[in-house]
Amino acid sequence: MRLFRYFVSACLAVCASVPAHADTIVVAAAADLKFCLDEIVADFERAEPGAKIEVVYGSSGNFSTQIAQDAPFDLFFSADSAYPEKLARAGKVREVTPYAVGRIVLWSATRDARRMTLADLAKPDVRRIAIANPQHAPYGQRAQQALTAAGVWYAVKDKIVYGENIAQTATFAETGNADVGIIALSLARNPALAAKGGYAEIPADLHAPLRQAFALTARGADKPLARRFAAYVQAPAARSVMARYGFALPDGAGSP
Amino acid sequence: MSAALTAADFAALWLTLQLAAVVTLLLLLFGTPLAWWLARTHSRWRGPVAALVALPLVLPPTVLGFYLLLALGPHGPVGAAMQALGLELLPFTFAGLVVASVLYSLPFVVQPLQNAFEAIGPRPLEAAATLRAGPLDRFFSVALPLAKPGLISGAILGFAHTVGEFGVVLMIGGNIPGRTRVASVLVYDHVEAFEYAQAQWLSLLLLGFAFAVLLALYALRPSTRSLAP
Repeated sequence: MRLFRYFVSACLAVCASVPAHADTIVVAAAADLKFCLDEIVADFERAEPGAKIEVVYGSSGNFSTQIAQDAPFDLFFSADSAYPEKLARAGKVREVTPYAVGRIVLWSATRDARRMTLADLAKPDVRRIAIANPQHAPYGQRAQQALTAAGVWYAVKDKIVYGENIAQTATFAETGNADVGIIALSLARNPALAAKGGYAEIPADLHAPLRQAFALTARGADKPLARRFAAYVQAPAARSVMARYGFALPDGAGSP
Repeated sequence: MSAALTAADFAALWLTLQLAAVVTLLLLLFGTPLAWWLARTHSRWRGPVAALVALPLVLPPTVLGFYLLLALGPHGPVGAAMQALGLELLPFTFAGLVVASVLYSLPFVVQPLQNAFEAIGPRPLEAAATLRAGPLDRFFSVALPLAKPGLISGAILGFAHTVGEFGVVLMIGGNIPGRTRVASVLVYDHVEAFEYAQAQWLSLLLLGFAFAVLLALYALRPSTRSLAP
């Protein structure tokens, strides 16, 4: 019985120690925003003490499925605006706002990628190429389109390994397991990767534009903090962070 | 549920079965002597080795996947050695999945076998020894037949656990159709791509398979109270 009492008090102690943030929102964000959004969130939390933004990074397709099932996210940053638009039609999110246009780059940890072109991927010394899974990852779809447009898809098809999302794709290249990765420019610019190898931007006209958008979910739309953060993301300070990570601003959207 | 399974789904299922079959065979081959040693030894290494074998039971698959990705990669010790030998690197290959699955399913084969060997006790083997059976003869003619239930449940559990593997494969597989894209990963892909009908069919098949496996296990071992390996 004494043991039971210890157990109960231990449980209570654990419960009590979980910080009860009155003002906390949870954000689901595409993996390409890792680092970039971390910085923006840190700036925001510094400007607004007491506010807590928890960000979960993953694949846009996965988050989209989860939000369709009423996952407890307040904001959804998608690498492809098609996902939030579809959710908006189902009434799961509101106010789909474009925030950036994504770019893809060739990146390598083992060779100089700065002058690399898509045609180089067909060379025999490139044995493995990592792209995100085109079946559900927007960056993977654009990578496949670019490879097809460059006329090398069939030459490189058998060398391709598929990352679950763009961050895993970058991991495959970063660990050297893939010779070259087609990854998000925003990831290539993050300090951990930028220190290692250079990158070559893939011409934007080789693939459909990667319009990225965020939206407030049904539960987030009622939260003032979620609305304040959504506004902050479109303000100049956050914009400049995005620009630094290579996110081109969408035409006419959010610009002053 | 209008869309039925496609060629890609069948390819993934076939690959899954191939992987599970190869892994089970290898585990029986290497796991049996290991289980025998664990069941009989008084070595001080018995504890550490038994703990190592059991690690995958408690280790998150991501931890194993992460270490394998680093160790088997071109900068890792195994990867560097393989490159020096002129061999293909293991991540993103079928062989790589086999290596990962053998490690990941090891306790599911070794532990039932070890329990079965331990249950035999020393007497049948001593009796065989008095009849001048050599050590190998004692193992193959006495120990192995007596350990048959453990052998069967180890094989079934090892096979089933490999079919059910997801995390490790996701981390080192690279999702290549026909080579490393197994059924569990394809279900995930279907769900992410909103292909719920295909995800349903594939999941239903896996569910049926898992149930059949467990049913077979219980049928084979009616007297056992618990399944715990």
